[in-house]
Amino acid sequence: MTAIACRDVVVAFDGVEVLRGVDLWVPPGGWVTVVGPNGAGKSTLLRAVGGIVDATGSIDLGGRPAAGMTRREMARLVALVPQEPVIPRGMRVVDYVLLGRTAHLGFFEAEGAADLDVAVKALADLDAGPLADRTVDTLSGGERQRIVIARALAQESPVLLLDEPTTALDVGHQQEVLDLVDRLRAERNLTVLATMHDLTLAGQYADWLVMLDAGEVVVAGSADEVLTEEAVARHYGARVRVVPDEAGPIVVPVRRSGSDGI
Amino acid sequence: MTTTDQTPEAGRLKPAELRPWWVASGILAVVVAGIAGLVLGPAQIGTWDVLVELVDRLPFIDTESGLGERQQAIIWEIRLPRVVLGLLVGAMLATAGGAYQGVFRNPLADPYLLGVAAGAGFGATVAIVSGLGDGIGMVDPIPMMAFAGALVAVVLTYLVGATGGRLDPVTSLVLAGVAVASFFTAIQTFVQQRHSETIRQVYFFVLGQLRTAGWDEVTLLAPYTGVCLVVILAVRRHMDTLAVGDEEAGALGLDVRRVRLVTVVAASLGTAAAVSVSGLIGFVGIIVPHTIRLLFGSSYRVILPLTVLFGGAFLVAADLVARLALEPAEMPIGVVTAFLGAPFFVLILRTTRRSR
Repeated sequence: MTAIACRDVVVAFDGVEVLRGVDLWVPPGGWVTVVGPNGAGKSTLLRAVGGIVDATGSIDLGGRPAAGMTRREMARLVALVPQEPVIPRGMRVVDYVLLGRTAHLGFFEAEGAADLDVAVKALADLDAGPLADRTVDTLSGGERQRIVIARALAQESPVLLLDEPTTALDVGHQQEVLDLVDRLRAERNLTVLATMHDLTLAGQYADWLVMLDAGEVVVAGSADEVLTEEAVARHYGARVRVVPDEAGPIVVPVRRSGSDGI
Repeated sequence: MTTTDQTPEAGRLKPAELRPWWVASGILAVVVAGIAGLVLGPAQIGTWDVLVELVDRLPFIDTESGLGERQQAIIWEIRLPRVVLGLLVGAMLATAGGAYQGVFRNPLADPYLLGVAAGAGFGATVAIVSGLGDGIGMVDPIPMMAFAGALVAVVLTYLVGATGGRLDPVTSLVLAGVAVASFFTAIQTFVQQRHSETIRQVYFFVLGQLRTAGWDEVTLLAPYTGVCLVVILAVRRHMDTLAVGDEEAGALGLDVRRVRLVTVVAASLGTAAAVSVSGLIGFVGIIVPHTIRLLFGSSYRVILPLTVLFGGAFLVAADLVARLALEPAEMPIGVVTAFLGAPFFVLILRTTRRSR
């Protein structure tokens, strides 16, 4: 059984196809990161899997077709960490994390002590317990990212979708967040589907990479197979050097003009 | 992280919820405004006499207030129904405003956002100029026509808003409300101009008043207000979820369309019922929820129940000013709420800017 199975997924906005027949499999407990240039359709693929945008083709979650699931059922299977989460002014962190319990509550039901325990545990797992009483709009970028992930954990969904989880963070916080996600994946047996811009980090943390370009999968496989100088040159239009390393290939940009061929 | 580390946290932390003394202060405001509404007026009746008279009507209690029949009638048939009507209308308008602000994520949304006021004004104008307003039989046609006009306007807004195409649903609904309100206001003004002899009567409806002919208006309004308030309060938790936007709220498992529909139907129906008996009282739906928000925090789980209480108390107090400020003449209550509301608006804008 696969945690996520996409077959021939097509997403079109105003008649323009943003995803053009994407196939993607993620085994339970696996980590797949989608890379690709801006506009390749990475976020759209994640949003299609999360059921936020309409897609044709088939998407199975935990062996069940996502089509026809209610929002509640979807949210119990996949939790999304958006690229630019809305930070509601004046909301306390604990209330924000409790929003993750929405899919577990009835329409007229309020959260109870068990839900609060789940939220507190999620905050503790992200070492964010001391933030619980702060308001979300007073947090730093790194703290903010952790409480958004805590909210996703509070959903207790087996699949975590991370849309550019490190874009707004400095390099130290990028590693911190990715290490946390990796630890939680092991502890909670989560399946992770992420999108990332930083190719080096993408290769170091994911089990498999999928490179999208213009809405199609162009390369998929291990980091060594996907992150080649040719692939990055062709699909990103970038000149890079790929340095092998035991943690995964390191992708270094090389200045295009004015350099006399380093 | 072990369980022992989390236990103290879990014991101390609470989700946003009402604190008992907040509710107590709201109830106190209702009681104080209510007693003031019973005591103050052209006929002098002492506070103590009023209290004894109220207690006397409780079951199993028999005291003697010493009030004459006329004074008793003033309390029970004139002042009390007016106080209760003020509580119902104030609670409904304020809570509907707070609910709209929640589901539209717009701090300046008020209960008239979707055309209720313009529709009610049009309905009342038609009733008045056609001579129906002089009364036929048992039913007062002005509130009936106002109610019908308000509902027609909101349904029209919803239908127009649903065809919004490329716009997001909130924007298209709000814009549809603006269009429908302008349209109804235009027809209402036209009809009113053609019948200049009734302008004064129409004018009074538009400015709002809590004049009652006894308990009829109260019994007419109470069922709507009760049901609509209960529904809005029951879904208030979802308004906190909506604070993260439609897309994220949907990803969290919320049926956003359902929440918005349930809330808008309850708030609009309640507002339509309220304005049909009170006329178009402005600003209550903005003043009260925003004051609560400033004082008690931003969670709708807290804001809406307190808005019910303070909204009712506020309108009873405003009605007192309307009754007494120019005694024996009576000011339209809409003038009082707007006179307080306009400066308040400025204050809200200023504090919002400062804290950003």
